Amino acid sequence: MTTSVLTEAAAAPRRFRWADMGPFLALAIVILAGVMLNSSFLSGTNIANVVTRSAFIAIIAVGATFVISSGGLDLSVGSMMAFVTGIMILTMNRLEPSMGANAILVGAGVGLVVGALCGLLNGLIVTVGKIEPFIATLGTMGIFRALITWMSDGGSIPIDRALREPYRPVYFGNVLGIPFPVILTLIVVLIGAFILYRTKYGRRCMAAGSNAEVARFSGVSVARVRTTAFVIQGICVAVAAICYIPRLGAATPTTGQLWELQVITAVVIGGTALRGGKARVWGTVAGALILEVIANLMVLSNMVSEYLVAAVQGVIIILAMLAHRFIK
Amino acid sequence: MTFINRRALGLLAAGSIAALMASTAMAQEKRVIAVSIPAATHGWTGGVVYHAEQAEKEIEAAFPNIDVIVKTSPSATAQVSALEDLAAAQTLDALVILPFTSEELTGPVEQVKANGTFIAVVDRGLTDPSIQDLYVAGDNIAVGANTAKWMAEQLGNEGKVVVLRGIPTVIDDERIQGFTDVMKDTNIEILDIQYANWNQDEAFTLMQDYLAKYPQIDAVWANDDDMLLGVLEAVKQSGRSEIKYALGGNGMKDVVKMVMDENPMTPISTPYPPSMIKTAIYMVAGQFTGQAPMRGSFKLDAPLITPENADQFYFPDSPF
Repeated sequence: MTTSVLTEAAAAPRRFRWADMGPFLALAIVILAGVMLNSSFLSGTNIANVVTRSAFIAIIAVGATFVISSGGLDLSVGSMMAFVTGIMILTMNRLEPSMGANAILVGAGVGLVVGALCGLLNGLIVTVGKIEPFIATLGTMGIFRALITWMSDGGSIPIDRALREPYRPVYFGNVLGIPFPVILTLIVVLIGAFILYRTKYGRRCMAAGSNAEVARFSGVSVARVRTTAFVIQGICVAVAAICYIPRLGAATPTTGQLWELQVITAVVIGGTALRGGKARVWGTVAGALILEVIANLMVLSNMVSEYLVAAVQGVIIILAMLAHRFIK
Repeated sequence: MTFINRRALGLLAAGSIAALMASTAMAQEKRVIAVSIPAATHGWTGGVVYHAEQAEKEIEAAFPNIDVIVKTSPSATAQVSALEDLAAAQTLDALVILPFTSEELTGPVEQVKANGTFIAVVDRGLTDPSIQDLYVAGDNIAVGANTAKWMAEQLGNEGKVVVLRGIPTVIDDERIQGFTDVMKDTNIEILDIQYANWNQDEAFTLMQDYLAKYPQIDAVWANDDDMLLGVLEAVKQSGRSEIKYALGGNGMKDVVKMVMDENPMTPISTPYPPSMIKTAIYMVAGQFTGQAPMRGSFKLDAPLITPENADQFYFPDSPF
């Protein structure tokens, strides 16, 4: 009896082929605009910079694809990212004297656990506490942000100098010319796509997101599916934190500020429905890239006044969404 | 129900008035200095909180008859409420305030003043300067101008620079104005000025983009030290060697340390010290204990921080 719901949800991706291409077309158009505006846009360094920078938002947005498609929403990811970063740095600094560079590995492990627990907290408040995800995660957003501010006394938590050099390659290093954060993003996306499109859990996510009542009658534990999605989100935040720390080597109260909005924008530009029931992991990645390329172009082109950058970005995002609708 | 509630409320009110009177009677023996500042939401305000708490400890230890009360608020509205609470709970002999915004706080501070409280305003001025007895502030125009003068001199009045600015505010505008006014009289070309919101991450990204856009950059100015840290990381990653100087401003401890260590790319900085709150608290304490006259305006200069004087600006225990 579950099959009718599940096959319908699983078959959905095959119906709108053109619409699925939307985010990639939008990305192609933005890139084309970049090439025409400034020749240095296509330089190897610039492309590498932009793609590497988008890794954080992309990785977190993969988790958000789970949460949103299962019918939830997580506003706390930016603050959670700062909080997890702070915990990781403190752990690494404490362990460094006894463990040396291995402290990085342990710190990363601690980060993953803390991230998963933060996600679990969000999930339980939403499912067991039966509180709207918007309000629940608005609450935890404030909590995580206050915790990092408190941990740093409003200043910054820098990583131990002895750890900076061994940790640096995790952001600045590359394998066969491909920056490490990009490889990490690819791995996260592949795993995410596998879970969403090839496992029972992925189908249950769609079922819970498209119609919770029907899913429940079909024997899907909607609460468990949604809680798990929040935990996946938490783990993704921790993975992003792992490759964020070596970039500037510190956590501050402004780390990850407003990232939640970028993440949600990336997910929605990518074709995932904000009301749930439809997930596009690769689209999410395209969405994250589009946001980063637009920001890059705002600096590279001389056409936009520094005071109007945010307005132009807003217009481009709305245009991308409208184009998406009309392609359908 | 309502009757009982009203009675309970009445009792409560009577109780709190009695408590208030008791505390007022006790406070009359002492001089109370209330300090109202923004909560620590980023590096600079973190420094303000740290220095205010230090001043509280030091002054209370030095002058037992002075009681310093430090109250932090996360927003302008919260600061207005905090003022009301402070003024209601005791007679304030003095109020040292770093207002969140000038417009919203002017009225509430005027009301505190009406009770005869000595008012010291720090950093951001009120819209009606006649309210304040003492005004202590840094010089944001000098922060930009002094950096520009030094940079122009080192570059021999020639070259190309890029600038990162903060959050659109008066502070940011003044620093940029100070910098560009000096540069106008030189042959130095300012290639670009964009916002990076006083945020390390955004400064890193913006600097990467500047580096991609301009093949030749002689020097960089980030109008705040937090952003400078992001800039330096981006320059380091790019491996570009033509950039001679990357300068900041504000006196963040990490950057002052770099100046002390004679870093070739960041050999100087300019202070806009959060410790100015301490200056104000000490001056107010002087007004009450030594009767040293302290009415007027005091503008802290923004002298260059160099390896020779850096230790005066270095607070290793401060969060900023």
